[in-house]
Amino acid sequence: MNAWLPLLVLASSLVPGLIIFALKEEHTRARIALNLGGAVIKLVLVGVMVWGVFQGQTYEARLPLLPGLELALQADALALLFVVLSSVLWLVTTIYAIGYLEDSPYRSRFFGFFSLCVTSTVGVALSGNLITFLLFYELLTLSTYPLIVHRATEVARRAAKTYLVYTLAGGALLLVGVVWLYTLAGTLSFTPRGFLSGLETQHSTALSVIFVLLIAGFGVKAAILPLHGWLPKAMVAPAPVSALLHAVAVVKAGAFGIVRVVHDVYGVEFADSLNLLMPLAILAAATILYGSVRALYQDDLKRRLAYSTVSQVSYIALGTAIAGPVAAIGGIVHLVHQGLMKITLFFCAGNLAETLGIHKISEMDGVGRRMPWTMAAFTLGAFGMIGVPPLAGFISKWYLGLGALEAGQGWVIWVLVGSSLLNAAYFLPILYAAWFKAPATHWPHERSFGRQETAWMLLLPPVLTALLSLAVGLLANTTFSPLQWAVFIASLEFMP
Amino acid sequence: MIEASGTPLPWIVWVILLPLIGAMLCFLWPRQGKTLGLLTALATLLAVIALYFQLLDGGVIRYAVGGWGAPLGIALYADGLSMLMLLMSALVGVGVSLYALGYFKHSPDNPAGFWPLWLLMWTGLNGLFVAGDIFNLYVTLELLGLSAVALVALAASRDALGGAMRYLFVSLLGSLCYLIGVALLYHAYGTVDIALLGTLVERNPATHVALGLMVVAMLLKSALFPLHFWLPPAHASAPAPVSALLSALVVKASFYLLLRLWFDVFSTVSMDLGMVLGVLGAAAIVWGSVLALRQTRLKLLVAYSTVAQLGYLFLPFALLSPLAWQGGVYFVLSHALAKAAMFMAAGNILAFGGHDRIADLDRVAQRLPITMTAFCLAGVSLMGLPPSGGFIAKWLLLDAALSHDQWGWAVMMMIGGLLAAAYVFKVVGFAFTQADAPHDAQPVSPFMEWSALALAVCAILLGLNAHYPLELLAIGGPVTFVSPSP
Repeated sequence: MNAWLPLLVLASSLVPGLIIFALKEEHTRARIALNLGGAVIKLVLVGVMVWGVFQGQTYEARLPLLPGLELALQADALALLFVVLSSVLWLVTTIYAIGYLEDSPYRSRFFGFFSLCVTSTVGVALSGNLITFLLFYELLTLSTYPLIVHRATEVARRAAKTYLVYTLAGGALLLVGVVWLYTLAGTLSFTPRGFLSGLETQHSTALSVIFVLLIAGFGVKAAILPLHGWLPKAMVAPAPVSALLHAVAVVKAGAFGIVRVVHDVYGVEFADSLNLLMPLAILAAATILYGSVRALYQDDLKRRLAYSTVSQVSYIALGTAIAGPVAAIGGIVHLVHQGLMKITLFFCAGNLAETLGIHKISEMDGVGRRMPWTMAAFTLGAFGMIGVPPLAGFISKWYLGLGALEAGQGWVIWVLVGSSLLNAAYFLPILYAAWFKAPATHWPHERSFGRQETAWMLLLPPVLTALLSLAVGLLANTTFSPLQWAVFIASLEFMP
Repeated sequence: MIEASGTPLPWIVWVILLPLIGAMLCFLWPRQGKTLGLLTALATLLAVIALYFQLLDGGVIRYAVGGWGAPLGIALYADGLSMLMLLMSALVGVGVSLYALGYFKHSPDNPAGFWPLWLLMWTGLNGLFVAGDIFNLYVTLELLGLSAVALVALAASRDALGGAMRYLFVSLLGSLCYLIGVALLYHAYGTVDIALLGTLVERNPATHVALGLMVVAMLLKSALFPLHFWLPPAHASAPAPVSALLSALVVKASFYLLLRLWFDVFSTVSMDLGMVLGVLGAAAIVWGSVLALRQTRLKLLVAYSTVAQLGYLFLPFALLSPLAWQGGVYFVLSHALAKAAMFMAAGNILAFGGHDRIADLDRVAQRLPITMTAFCLAGVSLMGLPPSGGFIAKWLLLDAALSHDQWGWAVMMMIGGLLAAAYVFKVVGFAFTQADAPHDAQPVSPFMEWSALALAVCAILLGLNAHYPLELLAIGGPVTFVSPSP
């Protein structure tokens, strides 16, 4: 049973996905049943797994691949954090996507690849070694491509092509890094505190180069400067895809990979002794500021959110690179927090586009009166990003700042302050315009939903995720909060 | 080791005899070609599987036909490497046979010729994989080459005739060079038996000339850059099932022969040539990929992709480690499955829309989801992304290159992978456009769609169970194939 559970968690989205491919376009009910059924089953299975891990069970599935190498799935603490995040957000996004894509063509294809995308993400989360990680990481690239190109316009095709060029090149670097690491270390299994510190010192140059290769490979998806070029373009995808891409799937897989490499391949201590973490921290800090500055100048709402993602995801890399337990907690917990906040914002942007035809910030005057629930959720998400207490983003920034001071890297405080000011500078005008300016006489392209502001399937998800992002901040000190989980993960890495 | 002789006829003979009998029956009763052909294909598959179990049980198999062993008679020999090749041919062969059932129903190409020629070619292939002496290798090579040329000429077009003609000249030239090599060796050492030659061969001018001639012959027939000029026109203009067979199996046969000569005959003299072959292989990867990327016709693109992928097979000659050889052989297997699937998918697209201009594919690709899935899965293997046979092969080659700090080869492989992605996605991109349906669509038989998909899925599955083929390869393989545990 303990070997089957991780496999079942994968199968709960893989199998529905494959069946959906075979469905005809008009089988809407069957498709919805498969989508929601798969998502709920996955959530239940993940719940069972979390419960089991609390009881001291270990879940592990292995498949021999090559002599000396195997594919491994395992549910360690960090994996569970990411799995829970992706399966919760998958359910929410599925509801949203069903509402969003009503009546649009090629839904079978869309939901098929959508399910494959989630399967790959969960696979990335559960990977027990680098080669399994690589496998799901590349699968993620392939299954996301059809989602980005879905609208089939010229812009979408160019965006998808850019995405492929970046990610496949990143994947190639990653492959070289992984193989090279394997030839030196003879193993690839993730181990808390890393498995490389026993290697002889003559390899330290090689290990540094490999670190650069791996981080470059993951940095492409995590949109770290200067590898972020694909992300703002990819926002041409339908809103649920953007939400998924920015919150759980692609970007997060890259960030998760960085955490894995630093914590479970090199080990923080060993990576720091090779002087690898400082450059990463500086790069992350530069990305945080750069993304925020670029976001300031975007009038297209989704583009502004995309640059905001570039900035926010690097908090995770920054927290990981500071080389102290408290900062690591901030970085890890931001995996969850950023996901909740950013998915809310993208859902809301999608609602505005679907309901009123609003794509630009300059068109948002007074929209709060027309769509109060949507904008309330948006406001929570935006305040969270700025770091207003007690929202989720505040917790992340608090731990990052505290951790930086503890590790003697005071300069990080200035980055956080600068970034928060910039966040405020690009989010507050939106909120001001939406709530306090007089609405336009007519919206660009309005659809009527009777007495509701928009379809319930579009409204429920952002409200839910906004409340979640409030809850994880408010209840950060309770036993089951992401924060406590992150504390536990960091203790594995830092406590001997 | 089994010294089998006498009655009843062992499986190693049946794997040659069955397709030969089938070919004759199909020739005599052309109207029953389909039924007879398919039955023969299945029977041959079963014989190969039986031989496989025999090999697993008893190790390397030797058989002297009619009780006359080397140096006078015909010796048959099967080890793990031969077995992998036989299994690969059987799998692809059955797939292509199923495909051909649908293909010749609507095609203007000559169906009566296909079955006897294809089964004759299969006879040649299987014979080549189990031949135990270099003269028999020549006979099977000639049989293979002539039937392959005739198969290309089945397509009733000018292009095909031109391609077939050029292919014929190349094939004959190659065989001739090889035959001279055989004659030189026979004259010098008085035997044609591979195992005996391996013990006798020494460094002298005659050996070197023979080696040179034979290697060049095999490079010509395996279309290694810069001797690839004949391949794209022949492979692209042939009927789709024939293209699949040529790219998947025929070029691999000459590669297999080269491996046999390299390890079993010339192992004491050949090593200094390896670097040259490796460099040519690397050049083939880049040159073939770039040309593939520049094609405007789908089948030509797939054919140039073969030129590029064949380059990988020659990297182990320069890398010279057990891992690299395993990688090379794994590449043969995965490329055979993936490329057969890809040519079959291309054939479906051509049959459906009546053309294979890549720029106008959007109307077609939309409406053949199974075919496009097959194309994409085959593409994954060609790009070397996990999980696929291509990935395992690339992993082994990279591992071999990096563990000896041979950076150049690793970089070449990465570039090759990215270029492959570029030409695969050049086609795949068209599956995601919203174009109107074409008015002149021809129906595509489900046999054609599903057989392509089945082979593509096999190429993917090859990436999940890599240790089985590798264990099989180790049976009786030359010392260099057997990996020391890492």
